[in-house]
Amino acid sequence: MSDLTALTIAEAREKLSKKEVSAAELTEAYLTAIEAANPQINAYVKVTEGKARSMAKASDERIAGGEAGPLEGIPLGIKDLFATEGVHTQAASHILDGFEPRYESTVTANLFADGAVMLGKLNMDEFAMGSSNETSYYGPVKNPWRKRGSNMDLVPGGSSGGSAASVAAHLCAGATATDTGGSIRQPAALTGTVGIKPTYGRCSRWGIVAFASSLDQAGPIARDVRDAAILLKSMASVDPKDTTSVDREVPDYEAAVGRSVKGLRIGVPKEYRMEGMPQEIETLWQTGISWLKDAGAEIVDVSLPHTKYALPAYYIVAPAEASSNLARYDGVRYGLRVPGRDIADMYEKTRAEGFGREVKRRIMIGTYVLSAGYYDAYYLQAQKVRTLIKRDFETVYADGIDALLTPATPSAAFGIGDQDMASDPVKMYLNDVFTVTVNMAGLPGIAVPAGLDAGGLPLGLQLIGRPFDEETLFALGSVVEKAAGRFTPEKWW
Amino acid sequence: MSVDSATVRRVAKLARIAVSDTDVAAMEAELNAILGFVEQLSEVDVSGVEPMTSVTPMAMKKRQDAVTDGDKADDIVANAPASEDHFFMVPKVVE
Repeated sequence: MSDLTALTIAEAREKLSKKEVSAAELTEAYLTAIEAANPQINAYVKVTEGKARSMAKASDERIAGGEAGPLEGIPLGIKDLFATEGVHTQAASHILDGFEPRYESTVTANLFADGAVMLGKLNMDEFAMGSSNETSYYGPVKNPWRKRGSNMDLVPGGSSGGSAASVAAHLCAGATATDTGGSIRQPAALTGTVGIKPTYGRCSRWGIVAFASSLDQAGPIARDVRDAAILLKSMASVDPKDTTSVDREVPDYEAAVGRSVKGLRIGVPKEYRMEGMPQEIETLWQTGISWLKDAGAEIVDVSLPHTKYALPAYYIVAPAEASSNLARYDGVRYGLRVPGRDIADMYEKTRAEGFGREVKRRIMIGTYVLSAGYYDAYYLQAQKVRTLIKRDFETVYADGIDALLTPATPSAAFGIGDQDMASDPVKMYLNDVFTVTVNMAGLPGIAVPAGLDAGGLPLGLQLIGRPFDEETLFALGSVVEKAAGRFTPEKWW
Repeated sequence: MSVDSATVRRVAKLARIAVSDTDVAAMEAELNAILGFVEQLSEVDVSGVEPMTSVTPMAMKKRQDAVTDGDKADDIVANAPASEDHFFMVPKVVE
């Protein structure tokens, strides 16, 4: 039974309920796979073997007792951004050295209450700031995908790079992730996996290390659309501990997988046809359009005129919120402390040593745009532009559009240590050009693998929905998946 | 707008991040690249537009005004780099 890690969550769920396989066996298969692969892929920053085995044992007991939850015995990887009680929670940053919270995040608590097993904590860009997983204190994650005929190491995208890589390499059945500007959808697209960022307010942010609170949302990365629906159902909830958690019942997302899309009106926004966009991305987009047409959807050309301003507005709003959220890391209450001659010196030295370059850069930008004399010109202007970006979507939806189809990323995975990206922070930021609008407007968005580029690397399409209409995204996503097929990397590790 | 090295030092001070001379030079270039990129926002006509304060149209939830938690001093100081008798220890701030 060496191929247990090849099972999707839906398949594993069936085998577990029929008692063809035990939760303990399934967990053991993953732990063995992680042990062999992680020195190469670096997807996990902490493997919790003991906890995984005891959770699996408890699952087997519940299955035997007829009390299985919806995710009973399913082994998951958890992004290092989620607080897990008594377990490594460091946002892949040096400044949170040794931090083991005394509480559990709402999202992980929901998953565990439904029977999921935790395999360990997943690598990510430091504080979720990055698009390549190269800003992690624990080093970059390698994409399980390689270009045909090449052994060059590629990035898995970011910030949820460990989540995407571990799902693609079958080092967990599914993973939690978070998305502030594209951190679920971009890595999903670059690794041939499915990632959904739900509507802002759908998953509780309680116990998730805060980056930019008005943009952050949790969501799953999974092997297929059905698995993503299964995971989101468990992750989402109404939580009194998060004031932005929305009072709305969580629907049965899985029921929407495979639902007919006949008659749906799908908008294709002309502003997403960016200058210099590779022909392959354009071709993929056209292919996606024809798939949805064939499934009975109506394609409508639409305009979102403020699209080009979303990324610059994001690079004011997100750093501003980050500079405030990250003020708490001062060497007093948790994590790293570097001694100084007085308390201010201690703060400054701790933060200089504890934060990496990209995090410092964003704190500095945020501090600057919020400082006296610049607030109106930068921050207030960006928040007004954000209103206009959201209004663009509202107008299109009011005109009867049900969802939008766009590319997920401007390119396939690039090399680790790419010189172009390293020399210019803005180049790296452009990775999120198609995803960031969705965060700015608080909407749900899903990335689904749609094909391979000329070098054999996965490419994804993005579907953007109306607020709290994740179900339509699962229905449309399964049309794309059915037409495109699923993509698995060739094992080299 | 662009920043000079004095501004970089002032912002670093506000952000409580110690910077060396080499840090300042590198940060100056990087921050100016980012500020150059966001500059295009000034061309957007925002007259009469309200700044966004909440992305979802909802009234902020208020919790019940009651004690629902507490007696967690051990938990609160558990991760502190230095603590004593449930106090966080810091370098002396008052002579």
